[in-house]
Amino acid sequence: MGESDASTTVFVERMPRRPLVWNNHSMAWISDRIAGIVENKAPLWWWVTIAITGSFAAFGVGCIFYLLFTGVGVWGNNIPVGWAWDITNFVFWIGIGHAGTLISAILHLCRQKWRTSINRAAEAMTLFAVICAGIFPAIHVGRIWMVWFMAPVPNPNWIWPNFRSPLMWDVFAVSTYFTVSVLFWYLGLVPDLATMRDRAKGKFSRAVYWVLSFGWRGGNRQWRHYEMAYLVLAGLSTPLVLSVHSTVSFDFATSVLPGWHTTIFPPYFVAGAIFGGFAMVLTLMLPARSLYKLHDVFTWDHIDVMCKLLLFTGSIVGYAYSMEFFVAFYGANPFERFAFLNRYFGPYWWASWTMFTCNVVMPQLMWVRAFRRNWAMVFFVSMCANAGMWFERFVIFVISLHRDFLPSSWRMYYPTWVDVFTFIGTVGIFTTLFLLFIRYLPMVAMSEVKSVLPEADPHYHPPAVGGEESVKEAHA
Amino acid sequence: MSAAAATRKPAFGVIAEFPSATTLYEAAEKVRDAGFKFWDVHSPFPIHGMNKAMGLGKSPLGYIIFCGGFLGFTTAVLLEYIPSSFLFPLIVHGKPVNFFTVPPFFPIMFELTILISAFTAFFGVFILNRLPRLHHPLFDYAAFSRVTNDAFFLVIESGDPKFSETETRGFLEDIGGREVTVLYAND
Repeated sequence: MGESDASTTVFVERMPRRPLVWNNHSMAWISDRIAGIVENKAPLWWWVTIAITGSFAAFGVGCIFYLLFTGVGVWGNNIPVGWAWDITNFVFWIGIGHAGTLISAILHLCRQKWRTSINRAAEAMTLFAVICAGIFPAIHVGRIWMVWFMAPVPNPNWIWPNFRSPLMWDVFAVSTYFTVSVLFWYLGLVPDLATMRDRAKGKFSRAVYWVLSFGWRGGNRQWRHYEMAYLVLAGLSTPLVLSVHSTVSFDFATSVLPGWHTTIFPPYFVAGAIFGGFAMVLTLMLPARSLYKLHDVFTWDHIDVMCKLLLFTGSIVGYAYSMEFFVAFYGANPFERFAFLNRYFGPYWWASWTMFTCNVVMPQLMWVRAFRRNWAMVFFVSMCANAGMWFERFVIFVISLHRDFLPSSWRMYYPTWVDVFTFIGTVGIFTTLFLLFIRYLPMVAMSEVKSVLPEADPHYHPPAVGGEESVKEAHA
Repeated sequence: MSAAAATRKPAFGVIAEFPSATTLYEAAEKVRDAGFKFWDVHSPFPIHGMNKAMGLGKSPLGYIIFCGGFLGFTTAVLLEYIPSSFLFPLIVHGKPVNFFTVPPFFPIMFELTILISAFTAFFGVFILNRLPRLHHPLFDYAAFSRVTNDAFFLVIESGDPKFSETETRGFLEDIGGREVTVLYAND
């Protein structure tokens, strides 16, 4: 790669790109490894884990029924803290649900090919997180049988949604986000379901995969429309994913409560959502990678770049925390000032400092390359981010509410066991759904991973001398 | 397959296998230049630049999705404007519904535009591809099941004006096709 190459019209990369799939695996290897997860018998750990998470999920559902039959009094919510764990959990889960569509949409538009290894699992995780998120607004209304009043359905009561309410925007934003994410995820699944169909041994499973894959044949006349649809869906999802958490933040930012009423909320919430979502992808994919031996597909390079995104978004979140605090000081609004001093030095100081440590301080460890390539360290930081993002929502909602404008109504908030187990129940629902997903559907987008192999490039010619070996060296 | 040939069923087309994406790409250029119309290449993943190699233009799906998006936008405008102005007028914060109070209606217009566009994109890709389809003559060819794994095929259909069982077969062999086989419609 000396000076002589500069005269040729062929672009020569000075630093050879690192391969996205390690160890020069063939396309058949990718199909065997990924589809094998679904085709082989479920390992013991899978049964043990799903038994545990399924029990939590079942108990959580029990808590929800207890709430519905008894009333929201079984929760710790009381004036002035009218929104507590319910909305904390809602925003926590919807935030986690941002990583999948971000990976599949924004990274697709940015031509970040490494996304192919993780986008399927991240999108599935998104769907399950949004399912968990959707539970809370539905059950926190108290009389759930009235929840259909939120839909614009003509009714004799002359009750009609107020389309100018941020809560109504939220209904539309979250339901649109869920629907579009399902469509995007399923469109990506179709070629892989065709792979499952063509590999299926049993007549029944073949028929099921046949129906699910719509009879996909992989012809270029099909891929032509498919790729256009994928591109347009990515383009549509990009503003969508940024708008959903912005809309969620409007629920708070459009109110007059100190600590909520800030214009920084939409970008701050979106950055936090991406941060929390990437942390959850790492939390789920690190064990899955080891248990299913996907080290060559979901490589250290993938983990490295995700850790950098964690660091970047964590730093944006840190900037937002600091800027909120600065504006409270600089804005000369005594109520705002009180709200922020109360946030960090009031009775809930521990929650705020947990949030700050987990979301801002811990991700800074990711500046160190050795930490980004250390299993335990990455897992630890992503768990910190998961906890920190939950605390962030708790801090914003509960601390801002518990001391409002009227000191006579100030009150501490304490969760009840129903609060706690409903949240743990949604963790159970989330992990159970994810375990079912990795068991019954290909967890890595096989066709997309194949398309980023070097030999997938139509202008690729294997080096004549040395063959495989020199390819390996070029990538080393 | 031989039994089908013996009864002189009409040929569906000629299929050839190619060892790699590169060879398939180069073969597609030759088939395009030979002037065939009813043919396709099958691969486990979309091959970059194959549309050009096959002489296919851009997918029209983008324009269809735009219409879907416009439909979604119109739906949202009517859904919000008609009830808010005529059927169920709500005065919130003392603000009437008029040109100056339109911005709070934007989020739902945005969401419905995205929603209907996404539905159009998803269903559009299958409608344009004539899917779902329960069966296709290609699936009768046993080796074709590897197309979703690691195999590359080129098919020239018998409906093509330039199709001839022997000549097309020879042509595909000349451009590097392996296992060139004549497929017969199985019904």
